[in-house]
Parts: sequence; C-alpha cells; structure tokens
Amino acid sequence: MGVRTWIEGWPVYRQLTGTDPLGRGAAAQSPRSRDLSARTGSADSMARSVCPYCAVGCGQRIFVKDGEVVQIEGDPDSPISRGRLCPKGSASKSLVTSDRRVRGVLYRRPFGTDWEELDLDTAMGMIADRVVAARAATWEDADEEGRPLNRTLGIASLGGATLDNEENYLIKKLFTALGALQIENQARI
Amino acid sequence: MTADNLGGWPDPQPRMGFFTDTSVCIGCKACEVACKEWNAVPDDGFELLGHSYDNTGGLSANSWRHVAFIEQPVPTDVLAEAEAGPGDMRWLMMSNVCKHCTHAGCLDVCPTGSLFRTEFGTVVVQEDICNGCGYCIPACPYGVIDQRKDDGRAWKCTLCYDRVGDGLTPACAQACPTRSIQFGEVGELRERAAARVEALHGQGVGEARLYGHDPDDGVGGNGAFFLLLDEPEVYGLPPDPIVPTRDLPAMWRRAGLAGLAMAAAVVVSFLGGRP
Amino acid sequence: MAEAHPVGFQYVVEAKNRGATVIHIDPRFTRTSALAHTYVPMRAGADIAFLGGVVNYILSNEKDFREYVVAYTNASMIVGEGFRDTEDLDGLFSGYDPELNVYDQSSWQYEGQSDEGQQEGEAHADRETASGLEQESHGPPVPADVPRDPTLRHPRCVYQILKRHYARYTPEMVERVCGVPPEKFLEVCAAWTRNSGRERTTALVYSVGWTQHSVGVQYIRTGAIIQLLLGNMGRPGGGVMALRGHASIQGSTDIPTLFNLLPGYLPMPHHRQHETFRQWVDAIRHPEQKGFWANAEAYAVSLLKAYFGDAATEQNDWGYGWLPRLTGDHGTYQQVLDMIDGKIKGYFLLGQNPAVGSAHGRAQRLGMANLDWLVVRDLFAIESATFWKDGPEVATGEIVPEQCRTEVFLMPAASHAEKEGTFTQTQRLLQWREKALDPPGDCRSELWFFHHLGRLVRERLAGSTLPRDQAVLRLNWPDEEPSGEDVLREINGYDVATGAALSNFTDLAADGTTACGCWIYSGVFKDGVNQAARRKPGAEQDWVAREWGWAWPSDRRTLYNRASADPEGRPWSERKKYVWWDPAAGEWTGYDVPDFEKTKPPSYRPPEGASGVEAIAGDDAFIMQGDGKGWLYAPSGLIDGPMPTHYEPAESPIGNPLYGQGANPARKRYDRDDNPLNPASPVYPYVFSTSRLTEHHTAGGMSRQLAYLSELQPEMFVEVSPALAAERGLEHHGWAHVITSRAAIEARVLVTDRLRPLRVDGRVIHQIWMPYHWGSSGLVTGDSANDLIGIVLDPNVLIQESKVGTCDIRPGRRPAGADLLAYVEDYRRRAEGHDG
Repeated sequence: MGVRTWIEGWPVYRQLTGTDPLGRGAAAQSPRSRDLSARTGSADSMARSVCPYCAVGCGQRIFVKDGEVVQIEGDPDSPISRGRLCPKGSASKSLVTSDRRVRGVLYRRPFGTDWEELDLDTAMGMIADRVVAARAATWEDADEEGRPLNRTLGIASLGGATLDNEENYLIKKLFTALGALQIENQARI
Repeated sequence: MTADNLGGWPDPQPRMGFFTDTSVCIGCKACEVACKEWNAVPDDGFELLGHSYDNTGGLSANSWRHVAFIEQPVPTDVLAEAEAGPGDMRWLMMSNVCKHCTHAGCLDVCPTGSLFRTEFGTVVVQEDICNGCGYCIPACPYGVIDQRKDDGRAWKCTLCYDRVGDGLTPACAQACPTRSIQFGEVGELRERAAARVEALHGQGVGEARLYGHDPDDGVGGNGAFFLLLDEPEVYGLPPDPIVPTRDLPAMWRRAGLAGLAMAAAVVVSFLGGRP
Repeated sequence: MAEAHPVGFQYVVEAKNRGATVIHIDPRFTRTSALAHTYVPMRAGADIAFLGGVVNYILSNEKDFREYVVAYTNASMIVGEGFRDTEDLDGLFSGYDPELNVYDQSSWQYEGQSDEGQQEGEAHADRETASGLEQESHGPPVPADVPRDPTLRHPRCVYQILKRHYARYTPEMVERVCGVPPEKFLEVCAAWTRNSGRERTTALVYSVGWTQHSVGVQYIRTGAIIQLLLGNMGRPGGGVMALRGHASIQGSTDIPTLFNLLPGYLPMPHHRQHETFRQWVDAIRHPEQKGFWANAEAYAVSLLKAYFGDAATEQNDWGYGWLPRLTGDHGTYQQVLDMIDGKIKGYFLLGQNPAVGSAHGRAQRLGMANLDWLVVRDLFAIESATFWKDGPEVATGEIVPEQCRTEVFLMPAASHAEKEGTFTQTQRLLQWREKALDPPGDCRSELWFFHHLGRLVRERLAGSTLPRDQAVLRLNWPDEEPSGEDVLREINGYDVATGAALSNFTDLAADGTTACGCWIYSGVFKDGVNQAARRKPGAEQDWVAREWGWAWPSDRRTLYNRASADPEGRPWSERKKYVWWDPAAGEWTGYDVPDFEKTKPPSYRPPEGASGVEAIAGDDAFIMQGDGKGWLYAPSGLIDGPMPTHYEPAESPIGNPLYGQGANPARKRYDRDDNPLNPASPVYPYVFSTSRLTEHHTAGGMSRQLAYLSELQPEMFVEVSPALAAERGLEHHGWAHVITSRAAIEARVLVTDRLRPLRVDGRVIHQIWMPYHWGSSGLVTGDSANDLIGIVLDPNVLIQESKVGTCDIRPGRRPAGADLLAYVEDYRRRAEGHDG
C-alpha cells in the first residue's frame, strides 16, 4: 500500500477533503465495508432447486463457492413462491451444511451399546446379503390353493415422501421384483 | 446535508429502508432465520419463554429480527368462557428490527467511527472497527443495539449492507412470505404505507396506524417503520422515542470543525514529508 | 395454512387485500385464524356434522348451481330400490355385515346396474388392501346410460337422497355436535354460497390432518360434495385443495412406495381378485365403462415393459406372473404389529422417522427393537436410528441395549442440494432440481443406494434358476449407475424400437411397442426435453404459468377443467373463463391444456353400446369417472358408505348425537393388548388434537437438528384454555403431563385463550392441543405427542386417526422409569373399571 493510498484511506483525510465533514458517513467507511459485496455474486455456481420441506414447492437458488454451499434463498422466478421462503426453507443452508449431519456409515451390531464406523462398500455388501437371506427365509411361492404369491413378507420399508420421483421409481421397481410388498411411505401416515 | 444524504456521500444513493406491515404478518419468523443464515448470526439459546410463540424475546446482538406475539383475548371470566362468542380475540404479530433512525443515537456516540451512515442512509456497525466500548447501547432509544457476550462487539441489523450494495433485497424482506416486510426507497415506502393505512381504514380496520414514519418525531423519522394495529406499547415499542443525543448534531458540528482544523495540520505535515 | 404452508398463504393474503373473505375453521386459534375475517372454533372430529350442515343449507335453500349440478354431477341419476339410508337404519347404510364390519354394497348401486355389486367379501378385501378408491370408480362397472331424472324430483334420484340424508344436519344440530353457534355457522354458509356460481368461485383448502381420522376420506368427500353442488370444481379459483406436508408426498403416491399400488395408481395384484393378467387388467379398465381407464391395458403393459424390458413378452403376459400378490392388509401399521410379533426380519427407513412421526410411538420402537436388521437412511441420527440407545423404552426398561438384537445400519443420505431429480408438489406439478454439489463423505442419494443394492443382490443371485429369482434377474436394471434424467425418461416412456421419448399417455400401446414407468407422467420428457426443468420466470407469463415445470396429466394445471365451460362449451362467465370450445377452430382452447379430447365437440353423444373413451359424451366433464359425472353419491367403491355421515371419533367423550351408531362402523381396528383404545370414561375426560408448528417439520429430523429452528420453538408444550387450567390446576409455563391408555407424556404448559371450551351436546368439552415434533434426539428434545395415539384406521385408505383422541391432563411432570408403565396401567384399569 502506497502512502497516498494509505493517507487517502485515512478517515480524517477523507473527512477533510470529502463531502462528509462530520465524519460519520463516507469518511467513516472502513476498507472492509467499502469492499463488501453479496457472496451470492461471487459464487462459483448457482443451482435452481426446490425446497425440501413441505409440498408447496418453493423455488430455491443454491449458491456454491469452493465446494461449499454459501447461501440458499428463494427463487424470484418461481410463479409458486415468487422468491419467498418460510423459516424452514430459509434454514435450508443449515440443513445442508450442518456439522451434525452423519457423513460416514454408522453400524450398531446386535446387542451393541454404541455405534461403530463402517466402510460404505462393506455396509452395502452386508445389506445385500441380508436382503437375500431374509427373502430366502420368508419366501412364499403360492397360497394354500396354489395361486401365485411370489413374495416375501420378511422385508418392510417406510419412507419416500421427501425423496425424488426417480428414486421412488427405482425403489418400487427393485422391491417389486424382489417380491417385497410391504413398501410404504408417509402418504399412509 | 439533506435527509437523503445523511452520510455526506459524494454520490448518495436513495435512502433505503423497511416498511413492516404487521396487518399481514403471520408470525412465521422466516425473517429471523433468513437474517441469521445470511449474516451468520449465532443462535440465541434454546429457552421456552412462555410469551405466546415468542421464544426470541427481543432484538439483541444475536437476533436482528424479532417477531413479537401479542394475544389479546376478550376479557371473560372462566365460567362465562364457554358461552362467549367464538373467535373474538386478536393475535398480533410484528417483526421488529433496527429502525435506522434519521437521528441515530448509536452513531452519534460511537467514538471509533465503527457505526456509520451508509450511502443508503442506513446505520451500520463496522465489525472491523468496533472496539466493544458499548457507548452505543444506552444511546439507542429502542434498545436495539447490543453487545455479543463472546466478542464484546456491538451487533445489529445492517439492512444487509452487502446485499443492498449489490442491488439485492435484504434477506428478511426477500424471504417474507406475505410481504409484511417490504424493502425499498424510504420515500416510496412512506407513500405505500400511507395508502395501506387508508385502505385498511376503508376496510373497517380503524386501528391501523403508522409508527416511525414521521420525520418530525423524536428521532427524525425512521428508515424502518411500521404499520401497527394497536398502541406501540402493546408491541413493546416506545410510544415517543427521543434520541438521547438530540442536541448533539450542533455540538458535533462545532467540535468537528475544531477537530478538522487539527487533523488538517497533521495531514499537511504528512504530505509535506513525502519523498 | 399460515402455520404449515406460510409461502402458500401469500395468495390468501393477496386475495384478502383484494376483497376476498377468509374463513378459518379449526379447533384452536392459529396463525391462520389471526389473519382470517372469521374464525370458527369447533370440536375436533366433528367435521362431517359441520360440512353436512352446509350441504343441508345448500339443498334446503336451493343454493346449488343447478345447471352445473344437472350437467356435471350424478344428482339426476336414479339409485336402486334396495338402498336404505342411515336415517332409516340409525347410522348404518343397507348391507352392513356386523361380523366383518363391512358393507355388501349391492344395494347402493344405480337403478339397472346389472352387476352383483360389491359384496362384503370383496369389500373386506378392499378395506384390507386400501383399494376401495382405486381407479376413481372402483368396484362394479357403472353402465354408461344410468336412468336419470333431470328435474331432480324423482324420490330416488341422488339429489333427493342427498337432501334426505342431510335433512337433520340443521344449524341447531351443528351447534349440538360441533359446538359452533348457529349464527357463526350460518355466516359461513352464506359466505360460501354467495361466493359461488357463474361469476364467482370458492376454494376449499385443507391440510392433510383431515386424512388422519377414522372417517378421513369421508371428510374430504363432504367437501367435494359441497364444491360440486356449488359448481366450484374444474373452475379457476375453485377446487378442493389438499395442502400436503412433504416435498414430494404427491409424487410418492403417483410413483408409489405404497404396498397396494404400482405406478400411476395401477393396483398391486391381489392373489384372488387378480390371479391372471386378464383379471387384473379388466378390474382396472372395466370393459363396459366410460372414461380413460378403459385404456388401462396399455398403461399396464407399458409398465411391465419398463420393468422387465425384453423379458416381458406377450407369451408370458408381459411378466405379470412375476409380480408379488397381496393377500390382505400389508400397510405400515400392520407391519409394525408384525414386527412386534417377530414376523419381519428387515426394515428400511428412507428419510422417515416412525419412532416420532407415526402413531403409537411405543409400538413403533418395540417393533424396531425386534428386527434382525434395520437400515436407516437419513441426514441425521434420528430417533428411529437411536431408539436402542436413548428411546423412552430404554428409560422404562422395556428395551435393554445389551438384549436388543436389532442390527442397525445408519446410512448417510444426500440432501436435496446434492442430487438432481423431480419433486411433485401439492398441485401435481413436477419441478426439476439441479444438483448444486456432490454429497459429503459417504453420503449418497437413494438413486445411488438402490441402484447399487439392486446390482449387488443381482450379483448374488446370478445364475439362480429358482423361480423366485427370475423377476429380479430379468429386471431391466442396467449395470451402470443411471442419472436422474435417465430414470425420468423411463418414467416418461419410450418407443421400444427407437428409444424415442413418448409425448403423452395417449401414445401408449398394449402390444409391447411402448414402455412407460408411470403412465400419468408420460409427457414429462416430451420431445426428449425435460419439461419439469422449464423455468420461464413467472413474471414473464400469464397467471397459469404453463411454462414452469410440468403438471400431470398432460401438463394440465387444473383437473377436470372442461367443467369451467357450460354444457355447450361456453365459459360460465367472462370473469371465470378458463377452457372453452372454439366452434370455428373445432377444438377446445383456453388458458390451460383442456382436460378433454381436443376435438370432441360439446354436442357429441356416444353411439349406442359405446364404452371407454368413445362413450364420454361432450358434456361428461369428469372423464375418469365411470359415468363421466362428479359423484355426489358414490354407488360403489367407498368402504364406509355412499354418502358421508357423522360418526364420532373412535375415542370420544360423547355419544353420537345423530345416530345410535357411534364411531365409523367400518373403521379398521387392531384389537390387541398392546394397542388399547380409551373407553368413553371420565378417566379420559378431555379431547386432544395435534398438529404442526411453523418452526418445525414433522418428526423433527430436519428441524430439531438445526439451531436456527430449534431456538424458535425449543420445547415440547401443550396448549390449554384458562378454564381447563383452572379446572386441573395447570400453571402457565409450568409442567403438565397428558395421559392416554398408550402413554403419558410431559410438556410445558401454555395457558391461552386460543383454546376455548365448547358447549357440545349440552355439556362443556375441553380441548387441548400439542405439536408432535419432539423426540429424544436433536438439539432440542422432548416427549412425543404421537406416543399418546393408538392405532385405528380409516377403512378406505388405512390412514390412522391421529388428529383426535381422549386424554387426561395433570399438573407436573410424568413419572419416570418403570413407574411410568405402572402409572399408565393404573389409568387403564380405572377407565375399564368404570366402563364395566
């Protein structure tokens, strides 16, 4: 920083030479204040999204900088929400960035008293093994009169009302092919 | 210096502010959350206050928007209650905020120049300047500005100075579902507010009135003013706020000139000493 | 609405500012009431009495929109001679079977309906499989030409039957049942009818707590009857609007993760009713009936082609034989009881927290504690993942971690920002979400999880020749991970030969040349373009905003919008014009996609013997109904009666003032020791209801974990009136506990005039209210209101009655540990003692 810059940045100099003789406005502006800008403007990217809470379907804009979500706010283009969000929608950045989020698989073994960490691939393999075994142990080919049943009542599932249509589609498709009928979601509740 | 250029800016912007219309406030508190998300304001503790649905309590260093809830039942005794006509109560809600006063006590007393008047006529604490002296706190006639316990500095609504500078709407007003919080040029907001009061009067809501809009009040009018449905005291607002430093501007003007004369000498000596 | 859907409420505020009258009916004064012109408090669980009173007001004052009613509803249709009303049978309709608690629906049919009708055996299966309402006109086919009396004078026409059914729902009866004074009730009736007709329409908005009653479907039907009588269906500013509470709960019904449904509301096959492909398809399409369900074979075959690809052939009935079969009730509550009984081995929870969010929390947790394994996919360590460690039953000693065998996998999920895909919001609008960034750590989407789970299971079963493994091995399940758009294309449907995206469900064929994952979503990828991703700013469009997202079916924003024009196809009024017939162009046109065949003129009348789409007349506005009309009276399908009737909640402090029959006779019950219901007893003297707070979301998994929401509502509380506080010695801001036969929970007390006692059936009824968001995990914790609730279900859809029950409330905190169980048991004994 050259001396002139330094001097010109000095409030009293600006108070003297500028339009703010009382030194409570322009002359008092700090370098940080002068350089302030909305972090949405300097984001690397902005995704057009939809609020994950209720079913009104408010538009959200998600701003990302350096691989982190830096702001989530209402999308003014949405004819549904017109840029507005409720307190939950407004808290979406906290939802996504919370340090309370679980980021690795947690495993509780039978009769265990605490969580253990588990590798994702190992966990996936264990779950697949259990699905295959539960299905084999509880499979029903036909009813007493010989009509087909093709099913297992040994597996159940609940969820889906905050999932994407595409996800629900795969869930239903896979479980149906596995003969798992007891697939339910919040819509029953 | 006009009311529109309170900060003596070479290229002043129109004065910006909030008009908060409590007649359409639904008490959702989106304003509180949106403010905290944008400004990274810490949470204010998890305590049930028992004041209707208000668990924020008031404006503070960690709450720059605060929604007040006032339940106004029709007085009935317990036995008669079952016989009382239904629905005959009011639940008032109001999102309170820093008023960004025309004559701002906090700014007047700030010795460091941390509090300053922006080019938009708003009053902002500069966190890189504030030294935590706390002079500003008793100087606010509304009890808005407050020190944060862990860092000692003073904090309050900045009217999202960073957003406004980029032509954006402050976070609270952008989120507000029912447009109870409206952001804009203060002059235009005052017109809008007057029209709204008139419309409500026309609809039989005779109790609608404005608060903080009047340039002739004890703080010279506010950059953030309100439409209320009852007396200000009901909402916890001072009925007739007076800036404690009302006579200060004239004093400052005199002191300022003396100070400037000294400072000028210093500057000249610096410049003179430049190689 | 302001409480649970604040952003949607902006339109109510705007309408109010433009002169609309806003009426709010709710047991307690809420943030919505605060902005309404009129607030009407009423007793929880008495909604049909109230709305039935409105029907009676409309009919006895002839306030119905007669031209609309005659043209577009079944008001003029004649019902068979055998029908008996609840007025004749003291609260039962004809055909009741007291052993199975269901109806033989034969006598409810239209005159001349040839079929045997829905007999009690079928009705029983329908109740168990929640299928009564599938395909709009479920049950026996409705003939295309029902006898009618357009003068509405025939004593057995629907109009007259309706009039008799509701004749006793007078303002005085409404007051007696609901606790609403006649002048308040009549104010609502006057406002509603005044604002309906040619020039004006009224919207009925409800939140889906309405579904959470043992008579929930009939609540909504009563609303629909009013809206049909007043001509408010299919018209702008009208309708019955469900405000759903989860981002894609509409989507998760359309593309269901529900036991009884396949995508597009096709029924999951029943082992007896749908043994063969032909039986299944005919049960959906009703060969002689009118309407678009007639093409169901194309929808069904295309789904099987999407599922099984080349393995689905005409020779093997498109793989129909591989589909699993229902035998009865496999719903979530039956599942939980089966878990307690040790019948279920593994359980997946996908963004769902039943330990807090489902009725009878204790049963939920005890069920989960008796599994082999549990997979929880969530963002946070929610109560349903940690019940073995810190659930309420650990405190009572009912769950001992060292003895609890359930193996738990907590799999971290991707958030909405970390994946692409569509949500279907509450008005059937699909909106595409762009992915903002990758999920952190081992967090993954459901798309990822299920793709790989399928891949791993298929790897393990590869080469198996067992019949049971053929379906999953022949599943159209690519090895590479699909993108969200890949899956949306499959949902949309494609030409099997070329792979080209289909543009509408009318392109679907029954010959295996098309594949389509959900027929009602066909068109979402029209022209190979993701239509759900359209985002033309609202400000640059008209008010219908058709270039934002995509609405099913066929991008129609308002269903049944043919009804927005008169029978001749002209708008009912200039002010309410929406979709109309353009005689010069020979087609339907307007602001929306017409919900009618584009070039079928209003004057069209089907030829003799026509069925299906051909049988839809030019004035049959309700094109999915078997008779083309809006149903004021349901001649079949509904398990609990052709017309809504006031029944008391399963738990009520009073008897039914209208009939000898108290609660819904067809309600679904689970009579078990671990699911006790409160008898009518002074031991449980008060009525309670639960709902949401603005500041929290459902079971708290997405709100009690966040500081900025937790601080706004940090503690579980209960709201009581000053009168009840005085009666029970409850102190504002102090502690109280609430007791039912299932549980006792504690909460802080808010004494407030927003709750008030009502005078019902000659006595004072106190109501209390609680939010249901709290549980044992999170930044803020507390007892769960759903622990108070028992399991009793609506018979049509198997949704629980969780919005009303009876209880006691006492000052102070509840007992802790094993003492809590003894305390609840003592209440039960006293209540039963009194009862006996």
